[in-house]
Amino acid sequence: MCSRFPEHVAQIAGPYRRHACQALVAAVVGAILAGCERETRGFEHSLDAARIAPADDASTNARVAHDERNAYALAAGKRLWTWYNCAGCHAHGGGASGPALTNNVWVYGSDPAALYRSIADGRPNGMPAFGTRLSNDQIWQLSAYVRSLAAIAPQDAAPNRDDAFLTRTPESFMDPQPALGPVPSSSGSSR
Amino acid sequence: MNGIHDVRLPAGPQAAALAELWTIMLWVCAIVFVLAMAALAMSMRQSARNRHEGSSPVAIDASRESALRRWIGGGVAASAVLLFGLLFASFRADRALAGLPLEGAVHIDLTAHQFWWEARYEPHEPTLTFATANELHVPVGQPVLMRLRSDDVIHSFWVPSLAGKKDLIPGRETTLAYRADRAGVYRGQCAEFCGYQHAHMALVVIAEPPDEYARWLETQRRPAVAPSSADERRGRDLVEQTSCAMCHAINGTLARGQRAPDLTHLATRRSLGAGVLPNTFAGRIDWINDPHRFKPGVNMPPLTAAPADLAAISAYLGALR
Repeated sequence: MCSRFPEHVAQIAGPYRRHACQALVAAVVGAILAGCERETRGFEHSLDAARIAPADDASTNARVAHDERNAYALAAGKRLWTWYNCAGCHAHGGGASGPALTNNVWVYGSDPAALYRSIADGRPNGMPAFGTRLSNDQIWQLSAYVRSLAAIAPQDAAPNRDDAFLTRTPESFMDPQPALGPVPSSSGSSR
Repeated sequence: MNGIHDVRLPAGPQAAALAELWTIMLWVCAIVFVLAMAALAMSMRQSARNRHEGSSPVAIDASRESALRRWIGGGVAASAVLLFGLLFASFRADRALAGLPLEGAVHIDLTAHQFWWEARYEPHEPTLTFATANELHVPVGQPVLMRLRSDDVIHSFWVPSLAGKKDLIPGRETTLAYRADRAGVYRGQCAEFCGYQHAHMALVVIAEPPDEYARWLETQRRPAVAPSSADERRGRDLVEQTSCAMCHAINGTLARGQRAPDLTHLATRRSLGAGVLPNTFAGRIDWINDPHRFKPGVNMPPLTAAPADLAAISAYLGALR
């Protein structure tokens, strides 16, 4: 490999060519290893994490940013989506008696704080309140997953498989969509 | 979770066949190992002597050549016989495992979850079926036929004193049959790495005389007992109205979740969290308040409730005999 070193580099390196080559290899390996990062898992280590947080302070933003790039948090959100039968109304994101969530046209906007409030407090016309039923962590995980349904969140950590028959485009394969503000549904019936 | 957890203390025919095979393998391999090492030591001594006398280390005295050849031929023949012997012993053990008579077997559907065991008894009889978790009861002397499934990742069921390991694989059904011939509490463990709390995924199989087992069945089939005090009533209301009911079921109440251990008769069980904490009043409060303190990564979220509320829930769950 070192014998094919470009001419000018070889000239600069001169008699230290071999050492320069080793240093270069070490630098490249070091740079690659520095890019490796073990994902941190959002296990609920402390009871503080379980308290229902106000949905728009700095720690909330940090939390949202963490969850949306965290495969564990998104997968946990997806599991809760199944467990708590979100699909009962929203289907697999395509919408049924509840609104569709695979596009970015959402009645209350796709802001994480709005999403948190929708899940915790419920919304008129049928969305139940889960605030007393879910922990704070679980609501954030669900919010992050719901945003990944519409590819509003970064897609690099989004799930790409289902345990059952896949009925939709995998979350990680969706085309990214810009986040929109609240967009009232036109029919008024399917909220 | 305490109980007998020892391959060398079999309590049924399956485990006995495996223990026997293990013993045969151990002794045959140990004797062969000792003999091979002795032969190696002898040859090393000979080569050292040769070197001392100035000849080649591998030189052999012509007069001993035929005797040595017989030894080597005999060693190869003995190895072949022993290997076939082990093959036969393994085949015999396999036949014994498959040959357990299954008339009148107790049917249990066992589903593994991260990180606990769900057991459904008599799954074919809608009027008799019930679910429990992490603690199986089986009658002594009666075969048990388990259908093994997984809800998430690959797990493995292993109760060393009763049977060998068998994997529980998502999307696939496997079966495992065993029989307990001696009453006792046999500990088991998930034997396939399944995630962060794999080591805390224990279970016990309680083998008891058939009449005791029948009484246990009778209890488990009944719906949950009604709360008898104001405190317990409050506990039940809290279970129904907070996050408990999202995942847990208590038959006879509004708690109908099917994602976590069935709590209908929780008070008849010995431990919480698949063997992490003892099932006591204080243990239940600690566990419900912050399960991640004892089992980080468990799917159960912490419950931030007032101490009096936690005590009421614990009192109610403690009354679920």
